[in-house]
This record gives sequence, C-alpha cells and structure tokens, in this order.
Amino acid sequence: MRLTLHVWRQKSASDPGRMIQYEARNVNPDMSFLEMLDVVNEELTVKGEDPIAFDSDCREGICGMCGFVINGVAHGPRRGTTVCQLHMRKFKDGDVLYLEPWRARAFPVIKDLVVDRGAFDRVIAAGGYISVPAGSAPDGNAIQVPKQNADLAMDAAACIGCGACVAACPNASASLFTAAKITHLGVLPQGQPERADRAMRMVAQAAAEGFGSCTNIGECEAVCPKEIKLEVIARMNRDFIKAAWTNRGTSSATGGAG
Amino acid sequence: MSSIAIDSHLHKAIRFYQASIGKKAVMAVTGVVLFGYLVGHLAGNMQVYLGAEQMDKYAAFLHSMPLLLWSVRALLVASVVLHITASLQLQKLKLDARPAGYVKKEAVDSSLASRSMIWSGLMIAAFVIYHILDLTTGAAGAVQFRELRAYENLVYSFRRVPVSGFYILGMVLLGMHLYHGLWSIFQTVGFSHPRYTPVIKRLAAWVAILMAAGFISIPIAVWTGLVGSNL
Ligand code: FES
Repeated sequence: MRLTLHVWRQKSASDPGRMIQYEARNVNPDMSFLEMLDVVNEELTVKGEDPIAFDSDCREGICGMCGFVINGVAHGPRRGTTVCQLHMRKFKDGDVLYLEPWRARAFPVIKDLVVDRGAFDRVIAAGGYISVPAGSAPDGNAIQVPKQNADLAMDAAACIGCGACVAACPNASASLFTAAKITHLGVLPQGQPERADRAMRMVAQAAAEGFGSCTNIGECEAVCPKEIKLEVIARMNRDFIKAAWTNRGTSSATGGAG
Repeated sequence: MSSIAIDSHLHKAIRFYQASIGKKAVMAVTGVVLFGYLVGHLAGNMQVYLGAEQMDKYAAFLHSMPLLLWSVRALLVASVVLHITASLQLQKLKLDARPAGYVKKEAVDSSLASRSMIWSGLMIAAFVIYHILDLTTGAAGAVQFRELRAYENLVYSFRRVPVSGFYILGMVLLGMHLYHGLWSIFQTVGFSHPRYTPVIKRLAAWVAILMAAGFISIPIAVWTGLVGSNL
C-alpha cells in the first residue's frame, strides 16, 4: 500500500517547525506504524535528508516510550494500543495521515515527534513512592489486600506514562496519569502512610509543571493504551479534597526534616 | 511537645482554592445551589399553566417574604460569581497549558456538552442578564411591563419572536450545560463507581432534557395560544 504522510518537522526546541509531506511507498500491511516510519526514514537517509525523529524502545506496548498523534488521535485509531503496536493493516491504501507530536506546554518538543516528558518524572518524584523499612524481606502474605483493591491497584499501575492522556485532553491536563499513580498506591495498605501527602504533592507538582485542569471530558480514557478509567481521577479528587482539609501538615508547616 | 502546626481554616481554604481541584469543587458546590434554584424556578414557572391568577399569586407570595427573597438572591449572586470566576480561571489554565495546538484534532469519545461548557455557560450568563432585565425589572421588557403581573409580562414578552428564540436557544444550551454539570458534580467531589456512574449519567441526561423541555414549553404555549389567549 501507499500512504501520504504530513509530518511535523522541527529541528530543535527553538525551531518554529512545520508540516512536511512525504510519500510512503511499499507499505506492508503487517508492518507496525513505527516500522513503516523506519522504512520512510531509510529512504530519507539514502537521499541525504534528516530522518523523522520519533521515540520508541520496547516496541511491544509496555515501556511507554512511543507515541504521537495520528490524524488528531493520540496513538492512532485503534483503542487500547500504542503506536508501536498499531499495524498498517488498520489503514487503507491511499490514506492521508497527519503525524504530530504531543502538544502541551509541559511537554516541549525536542525534535519532530519527540517531546520531553520529564514533567511526568517530576510528578512521580513528588509522591509516587512508598516508604519501606530496610532489612530482611517481610513475609509474603503478612499484609493482606482485598482482591478488588489488588485489581484496582493493578489496573492503575498499568499506566506506562506515555503521555497520550495529556495529548488528547482539550485542557492538556495530566489528571489521568497523576490519578493513576495516586490510585495505584492509595488503594494498597503499603501506600497509606503517605496517602494524604502524596495527593497534595503530586497534584501540586502537576500544576507547577503547567498541565491544565481536568473538566471531566473523557478523551484521556478513550486514547489511553492501557485503558485507565476516569474513575481514578475521582479517587484522586477525593484524596486531594480530604487531604486539603484534614491533613495537619507535619512536614510543610514546621519546616522540619520531613 | 507536638511538632504539629495546624493551619488556620482561612489558610486552608485559600490553599484549597489555589489548586484546580479546589476550584472545581467550588464549581460543583455552587452548581448544586444553582441547580436547586432552577428546579424551584421551573416549578414556579409551571404554574403558568394554572392561569394568570395562580401565577400572579405565586409572584406576590415570593415578594411577601422580602428577607427570605433577598437572602436567596444574595446566595444565588454569590454562587454565580464564584462559579463564573472559577470557570474563567480554569479556562485560562487551559489556554496556558497548550500554547501550540494541533493541525488536526479529533474528539474520540467525548460529548459536545463537555467540550463546550465555557461557551454554553457564558451564553447562559448573557441570557440570565437579559432575562432579569426583561421579566424581573422590566428594563428590557415589553412595553406593557408591570411589576408583579408575572403572567401578563411573560405572555407579552414571549409574543416577541426574537425574545422567544433567544429564550429557546438559551434553554437548549442550559440543557447541555446541566447534563455535563450534573454528572460532573459527582466525579469532581470524588464519587465514581462502575455500577453507579453510568446510572448517574443517564439520570443527568434525563433531568437536563426534562428541565430544558419544561422551560421551552412556555414560549411554545404562548405561541400556540395555550397560554395567554385571553390577553
Ligand atoms: S515503544 Fe514501548 S510502548 Fe511503544
């Protein structure tokens, strides 16, 4: 098959960037989307042009490295799928595709389709952890977790931090990501000690990074390759509201070691 | 000695509001107040079908308790101010959060109502201002405006086609705004459950449609002569 691609090309963070048209010939329907781009890039390299930059690593939908917007949809038309797992058989011969990077102030474009998602790392660092005692490993089943909480935590933990939620959100909000992390730890007994602080700090960090605010639109849930549900955002809201009014602020108010 | 320093309530409230989740919670709570008012307003309006006497009696009844009337009005104005202020601040956050947009952007799975809240909200605000000038103070009312003659004022006002048109448009937007707003209240304050949320969404849709239909029925009743044919 043969495709027309309109790709966002931007040399560097300071370059204004623009859409450039390419023809992808000899596209095999069994190729993944990224393999198709690899082939286009080979041709570009042979012609002495700069290949299209895009992120990828595992190419099996588990690392969260890949991702860009295809015809206005983050990770393309197939639900619950990263671009690396999206196959060309999903498209028709002669299709015209627009490829754009994630768009958000907190995700500055580094080059072409590659954005800097360091903001996510800083949101995680703000509270996406639990404190564990050092020393010998605890008994396997010493802490019991109800099955439904274990399932909820696992579903939330499936988030690979790709950033599609931010890209799809009309508010460029990182709520689905932040809430997935808060839910993942917040429904487990091990996550309780920091639960209130976690909600306060991660929410504050996401705001400080310049992400927008959630208005319950639901585009994030629709494009999430791991199908994280909007329910996690309600859980984050609940944790945050409760913490904001009841947290006694041991660490911030006293300026102690905490 | 305890090392815990407890924040003052004011400090907490300010910090809470500074977070976008706090602003949304304020929108949810004020939204509940405004929704409560709409239910009462619709119930009052439906008395138009009981005739002029009943309608005017109801208007006089409301005005017979000035303290209560003005307390409710004050609560409503405060709610409207908070609701709009928070929404404009969130809109600014939105605009700041994505300085460069997409060449192509597709809405995959979201309602038009959810994506147009700011616009439906601003249109409703404009409508409410006109509506008060038209039917409460009479400043923009029909020539025949007479204070507390609610029934007559309403009939003469709705006989003007552009006024009815604006009213109907406003109520359609109100229905959309209510649908997304009503179920969002639950999501925003932290209630979401795979069993109940779909029910809440369906109920929100029905309440929104019924309320919009109730309001819209009035100008239609005036046009068709069901209401006010004796005037
Ligand atoms: S490259 Fe790892 S998820 Fe796509």
